Amino acid sequence: MVLSKPKQQAVSSFASELEIKGRSLWQDAARRFFKNRAALASLIILSCITLLVILGPLLSAYAFDEPDWASMHSAPDFAAGHYFGTDSLGRDLFVRTLMGGRISLMVGILGALVAVVIGTLYGAAAGFIGGRLDRVMMRTLEILYAFPFMFFVIMLVTFFGRNLWLIFIAIGAVSWLDMARIVRGQTLSLKSKEFIEAAHVCGVSQWKIITRHIVPNVLGIVVVYSTLLVPGMILFESFLSFLGLGVQEPMTSWGALLDEGSKSMEVALWHLLFPAGFMVVTLFCFNFLGDGLRDALDPKDR
Amino acid sequence: MLKFILKRLLEAIPTLLVLITVSFFMMRFAPGNPFSTERGLPPEVMANIQQKYGLDKPVYQQYLTYLGNLAQGDLGPSFKYKDFSVNDLVSKALPVSATIGSFAFLLALGLGVSLGIMAALRQNSWVDYGSMSLAMLGVVMPSFVLAPVLTLIFAINLQWLPAGGWNGGHLQFMILPVIGMTMYYISSIARIMRGSMIETMNSNFIRTARAKGLPLHHIILRHALRPAMLPVVSYLGPAFVGIITGSVVIETIFGLPGIGQLFVNGALNRDYSMVLGLTILVGALTITFNAVVDILYAFIDPKIRY
Repeated sequence: MVLSKPKQQAVSSFASELEIKGRSLWQDAARRFFKNRAALASLIILSCITLLVILGPLLSAYAFDEPDWASMHSAPDFAAGHYFGTDSLGRDLFVRTLMGGRISLMVGILGALVAVVIGTLYGAAAGFIGGRLDRVMMRTLEILYAFPFMFFVIMLVTFFGRNLWLIFIAIGAVSWLDMARIVRGQTLSLKSKEFIEAAHVCGVSQWKIITRHIVPNVLGIVVVYSTLLVPGMILFESFLSFLGLGVQEPMTSWGALLDEGSKSMEVALWHLLFPAGFMVVTLFCFNFLGDGLRDALDPKDR
Repeated sequence: MLKFILKRLLEAIPTLLVLITVSFFMMRFAPGNPFSTERGLPPEVMANIQQKYGLDKPVYQQYLTYLGNLAQGDLGPSFKYKDFSVNDLVSKALPVSATIGSFAFLLALGLGVSLGIMAALRQNSWVDYGSMSLAMLGVVMPSFVLAPVLTLIFAINLQWLPAGGWNGGHLQFMILPVIGMTMYYISSIARIMRGSMIETMNSNFIRTARAKGLPLHHIILRHALRPAMLPVVSYLGPAFVGIITGSVVIETIFGLPGIGQLFVNGALNRDYSMVLGLTILVGALTITFNAVVDILYAFIDPKIRY
């Protein structure tokens, strides 16, 4: 049967109208995320803190490592421009808190990145390839789980020098275990899902299945988990700096500032309060952000 | 069951061996040594010291000797504190850490679980919101912020409790360290417990129990508690490790003569045998505890076949 030309056109235009504009997983997630006020507020506060931490030290009249001989150990003083006061050596605490924030956030984000890359690759490899390799890789992971890693990091840092890069790598290398487990589990369960089978049946190539179907589905959980990793990393770095094993003077981080602050809090409470406030607010926001992202990206929950 | 327990415990042995080997070789190939001073020792003295501690022998021989001694429970002499063996120092420090740690652990478990249940039963009420905001605060407030603040309030301003020290394990001296350590774990356990309790209370068998007209406390204690505890039980392993490592910070702040303090001093002094011994001890504790948690889990969860 041969259709006339106008009829053919009508059919094809009908078919093109049939194609409903799909909502992608990410559009959906974005819509849900922006409805969550706590998560959105956290995102805004975090952006402000990040901007402040990057730009603040550049704009301030004082350098983070230069003592102001005129006002040592002084309380917060707006007239002199020491908004948070000065530390016991007369260095401006406002600038130091921001510089510390730079280091803490950088360690947090880079550390999380290292952990995410190692963990995702390891987990995805174990999940995809499966079989014997999977068993060996998971057994290795179990052995690594039993290591008291904090002790290993302290050992590394004391014996091989206190280098910021070493801290990044040590912290990142320690925290990829959970990530690997999560990604492996996710890939395993995805591999046998109906929509993957359907794609196979339709003749979609292996590579296309991985990039188009598996990666986006794993990505959600990776994003959520890395947001929740960052505060952990920041805490870890602060923990090291608090013990005097992290960043070295005159450079500083929130942990190092808290260490100084807790030593002089009886006479100068602001030494403790300002860095602690910044750190707690940041950690709070990362946690809320992570929770919000989880709610937004979980495809089960529509 | 017995077979499962045995198997789980036997599995821990290779893990422990790997741990010992890695720590040993890391320690031996670390730069610097505990005897180097600023002026440097004369080579003859150095040779004597090395001979005394057996450091002049080839590394594999040292490793085998160490392994042999370890099998007999001997962690070797301390490189820094002359006349003391690592065993002496550890046996003095371990009770301190263990006391504080177990108080913190039990408190976290008890309070965390009850808080979580309370919040779950009164979901979306002020009890729920109040306890969960507190729990969130507990999670984001690191112990090295919390502990100084506690000291400031209760020891310096109110003068109710001592600011630090151990004093032979007097109860007063333990309160602040235990609170400083346990807050994070109370909060985490409460959050986990709330989530799993809500899920359990919405499940079919609880609906059946309610329909039968059982009293609420009966439903909670007999039916809901066991399945709801599962995620908490699997969190106990990481919590235990965290409490051991957390002791490093708490002991530094409160000046307690425990394992954490010993480890940090050992690392700073490059007291290799001490650091090695403590790493192995803590690793062994961790592995044992994880095995115990696994076995416990198998007991509670009827779905696990062994």
